[in-house]
Amino acid sequence: MRNRSLFSVLALAVALAAGAAAPTLADDETEVKITLKDHRFDPAEPAVPAGKPIVIQLANQDATPAEFESKALRVEKVVAGGGSIAVKVRALKPGRYRFFDDYHEATTQGFLVAQ
Amino acid sequence: MIGALIIVFREVIEAGIIVGIVMAVTKGVRGSRLMVGAGVAAGVVGASLVAAFAGALASALNGVGQELFNASILSLAVCMLAWHNIWMASHGRQLAAEARQLGQEVRSGARSLFALAIVVAVAVMREGSEVALFLYGLVAAGGTTAGDLLVGSALGLAAGVAVSAVTYFGLVTIPPRRLFAVTTGLITFLAAGLAAQAANFLQQAGVATAMSDTAWDTSAILSDSSLFGRVLHTLIGYSDQPSVLQVVVYTATLAAIFALTKAFAPPGIARPPQTPLTQNG
Repeated sequence: MRNRSLFSVLALAVALAAGAAAPTLADDETEVKITLKDHRFDPAEPAVPAGKPIVIQLANQDATPAEFESKALRVEKVVAGGGSIAVKVRALKPGRYRFFDDYHEATTQGFLVAQ
Repeated sequence: MIGALIIVFREVIEAGIIVGIVMAVTKGVRGSRLMVGAGVAAGVVGASLVAAFAGALASALNGVGQELFNASILSLAVCMLAWHNIWMASHGRQLAAEARQLGQEVRSGARSLFALAIVVAVAVMREGSEVALFLYGLVAAGGTTAGDLLVGSALGLAAGVAVSAVTYFGLVTIPPRRLFAVTTGLITFLAAGLAAQAANFLQQAGVATAMSDTAWDTSAILSDSSLFGRVLHTLIGYSDQPSVLQVVVYTATLAAIFALTKAFAPPGIARPPQTPLTQNG
């Protein structure tokens, strides 16, 4: 019994930490479309406005799954073969942000160019 | 082949280090090997399911299903680790006293064993689903022969298991009396690292939007994609470009578990060697 109440306290603490920020929908989101075909991103260096939240719409036209990943953008998301995903990106400072397919990092990469 | 080796190795060490720590923590508790085995098995099954339904998962819940799923299972692991630590703190003396009496131990260890089995399952599921997807991709692409793939994956698996074994054997050489303190600390840092990852997924989902700026960038000094960086990432949650929220969640989790572990420890348990007579004024 003591353990159970203890557990609730913990769960609550984690929930509080997780929900620290209330969900908000940005109204000034910029959408960027990227296609993945033959293990190439197209466009490979999409330009986006700096200072605005971005939504990347990634369509995977290959038959194989990919993992869209970026250290700088802090993104890590699987996209099934023939599937598509939306990836939210925070408002960026001007710069070049590298992204890649985690399963083919050496060959499949691109840069999000915020300006 | 090299591709398969590297990816499998990378994912295996992330799950394997966690398995190694759990095995060291539960060493000598009867039934623990079975529990760890069951956790690994459940994780492998879960990984296959996650990989099979990756597409559906990605498009679920307005497209953020994958992020929320990851955040949820990571939070579950954090709760289980925290619960284990606190449970061990409050029962530590009893366990230590009866360390040689296996019958007692089974009864007292079983509850927290289950929590650790879940942690193992979650770790294997997360990393395993990536391996499954990657291998499926290689097969589907037809670029490599099945033999090549098999050899690469097997080598990657072997290397990953070796690193995990080093973790385990490194930990069990610590004298039993110190081991408890060491593993308590390890698990606390492990949990904080997982909590920070969960925070990252919530930010990625757009659920948490505050404090999204990068707190620091140490990728030039120690990249978290390098081997050492990855081990540190798994062990203590090292990240080379964390968001401010991640740092806050990490610190808060660390502080909360330390505080709760201390609060639930009977007096004198927290530091067994130099017990009650020390009075600092």
